[in-house]
Amino acid sequence: MLSVEVNNLIKTYGKKKEVKALSDISFSVPQGELFGIIGPDGAGKTSLFRILTTLLLADSGKASVDGFDVVKDYKAIRKRVGYMPGRFSLYQDLSVEENLNFFATIFNTSIKENYDLIKDIYVQIEPFRKRKAGKLSGGMKQKLALSCALIHRPSVLFLDEPTTGVDAVSRKEFWEMLKGLRKEGITILVSTPYMDEAGLCDKVALIQNGKILSIDTPQGIVNNFSKPLMAVKSSKMLHLLKDLEQKEFVENVYPFGEYHHVVMKDKSGEQLLQQFIQRRNDETTVLYDAKPNIEDCFIALMKS
Amino acid sequence: MSNTVITANKLTKRFGDFVAVDQISFDVHKGEIFGFLGANGAGKTTAMRMLCGLLFPSSGEATVAGFDVFKENEKIKKSIGYMSQKFSLYEDLTVKENMEFYGGIYHMTDKYIKEKTAYILNHLHLEKEGNVLVKSLPPGWKQKLAFSVAIFHEPGIVFLDEPTGGVDPVTRREFWNMIYEASERGTTIFVTTHYMDEAEYCSRVSIMVDGRIDALDTPGNLKKYHNASSMDEVFLQLARKARRSE
Repeated sequence: MLSVEVNNLIKTYGKKKEVKALSDISFSVPQGELFGIIGPDGAGKTSLFRILTTLLLADSGKASVDGFDVVKDYKAIRKRVGYMPGRFSLYQDLSVEENLNFFATIFNTSIKENYDLIKDIYVQIEPFRKRKAGKLSGGMKQKLALSCALIHRPSVLFLDEPTTGVDAVSRKEFWEMLKGLRKEGITILVSTPYMDEAGLCDKVALIQNGKILSIDTPQGIVNNFSKPLMAVKSSKMLHLLKDLEQKEFVENVYPFGEYHHVVMKDKSGEQLLQQFIQRRNDETTVLYDAKPNIEDCFIALMKS
Repeated sequence: MSNTVITANKLTKRFGDFVAVDQISFDVHKGEIFGFLGANGAGKTTAMRMLCGLLFPSSGEATVAGFDVFKENEKIKKSIGYMSQKFSLYEDLTVKENMEFYGGIYHMTDKYIKEKTAYILNHLHLEKEGNVLVKSLPPGWKQKLAFSVAIFHEPGIVFLDEPTGGVDPVTRREFWNMIYEASERGTTIFVTTHYMDEAEYCSRVSIMVDGRIDALDTPGNLKKYHNASSMDEVFLQLARKARRSE
């Protein structure tokens, strides 16, 4: 069964519809999948989430959540989805416990009834249950927001950039929590600008300027990277980059952490690159065959 | 040492009983790209605010651009540039108006503002967008423009607080090219980021844990000492030792 179905969604903003937030987007998410929407700011992630949670109307196209139409059946959808917006949206002047109680009550349930679902997350903030939400740290706010989005046991959970601005350690912890929820059978749609989080999803959509560049499993996306890729470093990185940019056999070259990634136009480029490096006669140079990751794929898709 | 543009010696900030920044000591050299890393709540923002002359330290010493953070914080503000992901440009002013505004704040002459504006628009290929409201620019362009505006008055040091958050991977690299160019012209860059691949682009990196600087070296040496293959691993090793959360 499909939890989310999106067909030809278009959303524009502005008097003359000059800002295209979503340009004809289609995809579907089966029940129980952890689906990542990966793209930079302004790609259209938030517009898409707001349409699917019935908070925004599309210009045209159709979308359904749990089989319910986002326009006609908005009331039914609101009862069964959980939504964690990018901006902290709980009541700052209510305590941790009061916020959670409030959301439980709105959905005609109680903390007790669904406690097992949020337990692993909520225990981490329970010692501060009397503290006002506005006084919590960023990480604790995030855990409270997730608890509140889950307290009515939604069938589909929408998380809009839950890890933006969060450090590498807390990001890893957050993804551990999501894996736990996935085991409960909840469908999760999560958006993120961090390319390295793609590998943690069952399936990802890479999105840029309101268009989907590619949808596949993380492995599938990487497998589709067809050009030869090598990594190179030397003591003079900037110099090396400028030199490689001039080379005929190089399709694209860009810094990639400690190394530069060099994408060759075709297979013959590998040998040409090796020859070029030998001629430079710089013994600090290290060259090896690199495996592309999602970021390489995103860059290649953006350029094409 | 004339080559040193930031010095901190046992710089400390307490809020009541809480020691946000705990006796940090380090030097930053002219033209260096200095990466200032740490988990959320490690004390990065507090340390940066002290160095920018926005917050008085509780104890210790520090100078920025040769000025004392206790006595000469107004002079520090004039000598530095600052840009963050959250706030950088006025959305409801045009591209040119933003530059005029920043140039005016830093007491640049009309002639300087005019020439510099033309240079930046040309350099960023934004000639046609000069009279466009900043809010209508794509996010990636905004960040590049914001950086240009932060160094509009040609400060010796620029502080960048997570400048590339949420930026696409191509623009993120173009942004770092601009950082390299500025550093080659002698501008010192003090930068925080959550992208660990960007830590590799820095001349030296410091990692804050629980208010202290637990590591400070070149990315290469840090990886060697921690027996790690990437800066991501180094960061995780150190940050996991943290006892306090934000």
